[in-house]
Amino acid sequence: MVEAILMMLGLGAVCGTILGIASKVFYVYEDPRIAEVEGCLAGANCGACGYAGCSAAAVAVVGGQAQANVCIIGGPESAQKVAAVMGLDPGTAEPLRSLNTCQGGKRAEDRFYYTGVKSCRALAAFYGGKRVCHIGCLGYGDCIKACKFDAIHMDPKGYPVVDEVKCVGCMACEKACPKEIINVKSMSQRLLELNCEEDALAPCRQTCPAEINIPQYIAQVREGDYEGSVRTIRERNPLLLACGRVCPHPCESYCRRGLEDEPVSINQLKRFVADLEMNSGKRYPITCAPETGKRVAIIGGGPAGLSCAYFLRRVGHHATIYEAMPKLGGMLRYGIPEYRLPKKVLDWEIDGILNLGVDYHTNVKLGVDFDVGSLVSAGYDAIFLSVGAWNDYNLNIDGEDLEGCFTGIDFLSRIGLGEKITIGRRAAVIGGGNTAIDCVRTLIRLGAREVYIVYRRTRREMPANAVEIDAAEHEGVKFHFLAAPVRVIGDERGHVKQLEYLKMELGEPDASGRRRPVPIEGSETRLDVDMLITAIGQAPDVSFKSDVTRLKDLEITRRRAIAHDPITMQSAIPYIFTGGDAATGASLVIEAIGAGRRAARSINQYVTGQKVEAPPGVLYGRHIRETLFEHVEGVRRKPRAKMPELPVDERIHSFAEADLVLSEESAVAESQRCLSCCRLCYDPDVSKVA
Amino acid sequence: MGDYIVLAISCILVNNILLAQYLGNCPFLGTSKKMETAVGMAMAVVFVLVMAGVITWIVNTYILQKYDLVFLQTIAFILVIAALVQFVEMFLKKSIPALYSGLGIFLPLITTNCAVMGVCLINMKEEYNFLQALVASFSYAVGYGLALVLFAGIRERILLARVPTPLQDTSIALVTAGILSLTFFAFKGMV
Ligand SMILES: Cc1cc2nc3c(=O)[nH]c(=O)nc-3n(C[C@H](O)[C@H](O)[C@H](O)COP(=O)(O)OP(=O)(O)OC[C@H]3O[C@@H](n4cnc5c(N)ncnc54)[C@H](O)[C@@H]3O)c2cc1C
Ligand code: SF4
Repeated sequence: MVEAILMMLGLGAVCGTILGIASKVFYVYEDPRIAEVEGCLAGANCGACGYAGCSAAAVAVVGGQAQANVCIIGGPESAQKVAAVMGLDPGTAEPLRSLNTCQGGKRAEDRFYYTGVKSCRALAAFYGGKRVCHIGCLGYGDCIKACKFDAIHMDPKGYPVVDEVKCVGCMACEKACPKEIINVKSMSQRLLELNCEEDALAPCRQTCPAEINIPQYIAQVREGDYEGSVRTIRERNPLLLACGRVCPHPCESYCRRGLEDEPVSINQLKRFVADLEMNSGKRYPITCAPETGKRVAIIGGGPAGLSCAYFLRRVGHHATIYEAMPKLGGMLRYGIPEYRLPKKVLDWEIDGILNLGVDYHTNVKLGVDFDVGSLVSAGYDAIFLSVGAWNDYNLNIDGEDLEGCFTGIDFLSRIGLGEKITIGRRAAVIGGGNTAIDCVRTLIRLGAREVYIVYRRTRREMPANAVEIDAAEHEGVKFHFLAAPVRVIGDERGHVKQLEYLKMELGEPDASGRRRPVPIEGSETRLDVDMLITAIGQAPDVSFKSDVTRLKDLEITRRRAIAHDPITMQSAIPYIFTGGDAATGASLVIEAIGAGRRAARSINQYVTGQKVEAPPGVLYGRHIRETLFEHVEGVRRKPRAKMPELPVDERIHSFAEADLVLSEESAVAESQRCLSCCRLCYDPDVSKVA
Repeated sequence: MGDYIVLAISCILVNNILLAQYLGNCPFLGTSKKMETAVGMAMAVVFVLVMAGVITWIVNTYILQKYDLVFLQTIAFILVIAALVQFVEMFLKKSIPALYSGLGIFLPLITTNCAVMGVCLINMKEEYNFLQALVASFSYAVGYGLALVLFAGIRERILLARVPTPLQDTSIALVTAGILSLTFFAFKGMV
């Protein structure tokens, strides 16, 4: 007997000692809160929460993937304890809500008849389902059967609709859906989702660089739910007033309706609902997730910076913007002129973002007034560099620095700042992009008599928005195409007098498929001008890179942009992220907004201790091949809504807004032209009429 | 050599720990709903069983038998196996995080799984030598994995079948397990 007791004690002691030593030797740092949280759970290891046992659930809670109320057995008591450990208020912890993503048009066609059990799951096991569309909803409502709270019902079109009030986020529907169409996520998770190959996406939505749910916001306009429409846009784009005015809408070139008819005027509908909100005098409320206590510094208050700040704020982090200019807005304020985007509108929009609790400091420049080291010591957890592209390229020709010569951004930003610049009578602008067009249209409004555009290639190759080129032409701008400036000639007082250029002709196509202009020998021509603006593109100003203590490892590309991963937007330094023109070189507002959101997603991963990585199958910049049709049936031609404009002679004498907003009637009519596409399905006009 | 092959076959098929001896049923039903989980579990079982088989053989031969304390077998084994699994878990977490994240969640589940315990006790009852105990433990574990994976495959199919409501889920799984076990009885005469 004694032996047995001794023996068991001995064995126990040996095991205990070994384990004790092992726990020291093999110690892996773990957030101490994990153990604390685990202590608050029921400890049954039952797995009902969907995690492999209580420890796994605790890890998920601390990692932010699970909510305080994760434990099914523990109930509200455990939720309260967990919330206390995590420093969350259980009442405000972000609720999970279920949402069905497949809401396309008319059902995708059936591929085969199925007479087995009426359940999505069984059906899905056969070649992924009976529908032609491999992500499409099967419509047998397994999610409805799975829901214990009666929160899902089938709408007449056969798609499950979730009642957000009844939904408790228990995940039962998500688990029941074999096609991963219905999913349960928190607001933050939805705000930071990226388009992926397997998602239910209309072609326009795949194209939008900010990934706005276009068919949904159009459907909401159609149903008269204008507030809902604004909300849908705000899930992806906080600058809808600005985009509604200046976006060149790449989405519309992929609109399915455009295959048979004119594309839906997607952007004007955005402007319509956005203006409606502004003019209603009140702001639709925007909700933010509970504070996380993480702080992010944002350098540059242009669209990229504002978008990043907005999304970070909404998912609960604290964002502070540092801006070099006196006011926020970046190129929206200092590049794009008043007649395209009134400052009053811009101010209203930016105030909406700042109202969420975003801090900002203006008139402070990175590299001059502060550096990255000071941000790090101020305790910021991550930094977002969105300094834009503000350095004009030079032509590198003689006489470029004569009096009366300007560069594009310099000229526009000085006008934007309210500076008075003496305008010539005959002005030439060199370049074919948005900046050049904005310069000429501004010059006309400032009273120049003759305004020329001098461009190396032809009108077809001009990168500016087509509508803008037309508008400039209507306003009286003269174009000199196929003209390559060779020198600027000054008068005796050092003032610009003439521009000499060579005529060009189009030669062989180059690598990009554009025919390259080649100079015609001896075709020198002189143009009399007394003012000259060079607007041939701009590059980011990365002079702050001279800070070698902190930014030694920051990589700069050949085109002077900040090197980054195009999805995570992380730079070569892990805690520094970038986006917008600073990362890509001069691009579009909507691209900057999308980049701001992608960066916010990665910054969220970074500051919450997750791995910064792109989701598998991320779609950014690509299309899902099967969704691009050759043609669509059942489309009845209906002309696209015409954009109302200020008459030419009225607009060339003032900076009043030139493009106007659609009337409610034409907006609703326009929304009815949308085919409500999903991947394969769409609503033919015929069925809508019938 | 031949003996070992016979031993292996008898442990994998004839005396399959799950379907012939009916040990380790809870994870058999619990983790066989999805192929992925089943495979994860099978790997973890192979891992733990081999370790447990070896260590319990050592404890039994050099401690219990030596001091004539074989009656303490059960309780001593529980202690040793539990400590072993804990140790392995810590070790993997630190040294082979990839393997840990693959097996990790299943390891604690099988700490005191009856199949593990059962195999160790059978090894002792049959008075295997060290090599035999090793081969037997490994083979039993492979048999366990085989049955689990087969069963998971069947259960994924059953989802498509029209099962009467009262028989759905666990009940049909048990009926199926019974039939599957009958088929394994066909190996009875082999060894
Ligand atoms: C004249 C013009 C017309 C355009 N028209 C259109 C159009 O019609 N449609 C369209 O989609 N796009 C248009 N664009 C492009 C669009 O404006 C830009 O792509 C977009 O503004 C880029 O946003 P961003 O946030 O990256 O940079 P920016 O808007 O350039 O903002 C960068 C901000 O960072 C600040 N900053 C810079 N350096 C520092 C520093 N060291 N420290 C602190 N702050 C700093 C700047 O002051 C600025 O506020 C136009 C651009 C120009 C120049
Ligand atoms: S018809 Fe509507 S949903 Fe389809 S591509 Fe055009 S705007 Fe998008």
